[in-house]
Amino acid sequence: MRRAELLMAIAMAIFSAYLMWMSAKLPIGWVPGRGPGGGSFPFWLSFAMLICTVWIIVRWFRRTTPQSRSSEPFFDSRSLTLVLLVIGALVTMVGSIYFIGVYGALPLFFVFYMRFLGRHSWAKTMTLALAAPVITFFFFEILLHITLPKGATETLFYPLYDIFM
Amino acid sequence: METIQFLLDGFVVALQPMNLFLVIVGCAVGLFIGAMPGLGSVNGVAILLPVTFIVPPTSAIIFLAAIYYGAMYGGAISSIMLGIPGASTAVATTFDGRPLALKGMADKALVAAAVASFAGGTISILLFTAFAPPLAHVALAFGSAEEFALMMLAFGTFIGLGGDDIPKTLFSICIGLVMSAVGLDIMSGQPRLIFGDIPGFFHGINFLVLAIGIYGIGEILWTIESSQGEVSVSQAVVSVRRILDALKELLKSANTIVMGSFLGFFVGLLPAAGATPGSIMAYGFAKTMSKNPESYGKGNINGVVAPESANNAASTGSMLPMLTLGIPGSPTTAILLGGMVIWGLEPGPRLFVDQTEFVWGLIASLYMANFFSIVLNIAFIPIFVWVLKLSFTILAPIIFVLCVVGGYAPTQDMHDVWLMLLFGVVGYLMRKLDYPMAPMVLAIVLGPLAESSMRQSLLQSHGSVWVFFERPISGGIMVLALLLFLMPAIKVGKKLIVARRTGNAGK
Repeated sequence: MRRAELLMAIAMAIFSAYLMWMSAKLPIGWVPGRGPGGGSFPFWLSFAMLICTVWIIVRWFRRTTPQSRSSEPFFDSRSLTLVLLVIGALVTMVGSIYFIGVYGALPLFFVFYMRFLGRHSWAKTMTLALAAPVITFFFFEILLHITLPKGATETLFYPLYDIFM
Repeated sequence: METIQFLLDGFVVALQPMNLFLVIVGCAVGLFIGAMPGLGSVNGVAILLPVTFIVPPTSAIIFLAAIYYGAMYGGAISSIMLGIPGASTAVATTFDGRPLALKGMADKALVAAAVASFAGGTISILLFTAFAPPLAHVALAFGSAEEFALMMLAFGTFIGLGGDDIPKTLFSICIGLVMSAVGLDIMSGQPRLIFGDIPGFFHGINFLVLAIGIYGIGEILWTIESSQGEVSVSQAVVSVRRILDALKELLKSANTIVMGSFLGFFVGLLPAAGATPGSIMAYGFAKTMSKNPESYGKGNINGVVAPESANNAASTGSMLPMLTLGIPGSPTTAILLGGMVIWGLEPGPRLFVDQTEFVWGLIASLYMANFFSIVLNIAFIPIFVWVLKLSFTILAPIIFVLCVVGGYAPTQDMHDVWLMLLFGVVGYLMRKLDYPMAPMVLAIVLGPLAESSMRQSLLQSHGSVWVFFERPISGGIMVLALLLFLMPAIKVGKKLIVARRTGNAGK
């Protein structure tokens, strides 16, 4: 926990400095006749962020915050595995949308999550894995007219478009 | 009299079949969301906001407000049955609700929570109806200086009353404001903060991407980690007779309920304070005022009614500054406010003049949401108890999928989905280190207005910051905001003085 606190503060300090550098591409001072320049608002706020991170780091050295005193691990190994698996599954799902589309990615995600993480029966898993894309399709595509990305499965949907739209 | 006329017109809007239907569905959904451990009103409203694009703005906000309301009722259910707060707003309800359930009086506690919520809701809506029109009228005269001052007040509340680590709270506010500045600069039209010309950043960071990331993805990750291991669900025996008995006994708690309602409403009014501090303060207040404070925490029914009446009252209270001033009173109303912008409405006092149907339809729907919430709550207690046993590995993927599709829907850009995932994961890690998330969400919603009001005021004053202090209203609010900002420093100073005095006395 103690190490994580410091690492997060340092990462955020670097990020603040990067934001300051990016804001400074626009005028950060007073532009005659137009008031404060376009970069001033984000620049000074990023500067404030940087000050805050320095403040957090100072407090880390002085061990003021509970996190900087804690010797507990930031993650215990069991929850780390679980959280990493879930994040990995999410990233895989979003990434695969480009190739197999939302309607291919959703069922796979459900199968992975319910069957392999949740250890539910195949019957339960498949019910949800099949119901989710159908409900999504009717709600978003038909009712809201929001076309979700379909990747390679696009052609399969032409007959459905013909029927419903 | 005029108010009553407007309110009746509002009921005409709220009673339209579709709106009525949405109120009932919203209350039911809200009750479920509130009852699920880990999910509260803010999560429900953030995740379901994209779904409301299907209906007109008035119906959309009626639906979301009903969820807000239902979640306040629902939060008590898991606090009592599981001993785990169903939402942060129901934390204080566990203190006495859980001991009551363990004594076999779960039904009594549930009924008390529902009735207290109803009373809190009713009292606060009446106050709301009375206060909102005059406040909006005053606010019509507000210029950019007052707007900026109000926002400073909202951020000051987090520093002065938030109770979180000060540098982390400040950091959270600033990063939210900076994220709101990403995209094209409104005044000069130049792109800024686009992270090396990534095209997805040109349209700015939609507040929903951050809200869904933090309150959807991040929250579920948090719950996955913290809810490992089994929890035991208490049994509740429910019968009409037991409910009637419980109601009779509740008459003794009437004072506490009224106290909680008023306290909750006024705490809710404070920008950024919201229902969580409101309910905790009401609990503390009820305990200190009580004749036998030692019975609290062991199953005193007053310990359930105080926070429950307060959190409902505060949720209504926090809508008052949102509607009249355009400053949200809680994280949930911050998301509602962002929603209004997406629906094409301009938040602020003009709503009461230009969008009477929207405003009064919403107010009237609150009366109805309150009614339906208590009916659904008491009628469906057995169903909610069943829901609590539902495995989180079923709920989590459903919510993840809703987040991904909901994050895509507003802009239809995969860039936003990735950004949402990133916010979710980073937000979750930051939350583990006690960085508060609510100020960030509030800041990204208020950011564009904060920047333009500041720049306009400074332009008019030729760069003098005294513009914020010269006008009486803006000056008054600014001083209050500065006091809140300095509150932690004042506290530290006091401690030092006291320490020195006692030190001298020791010599």
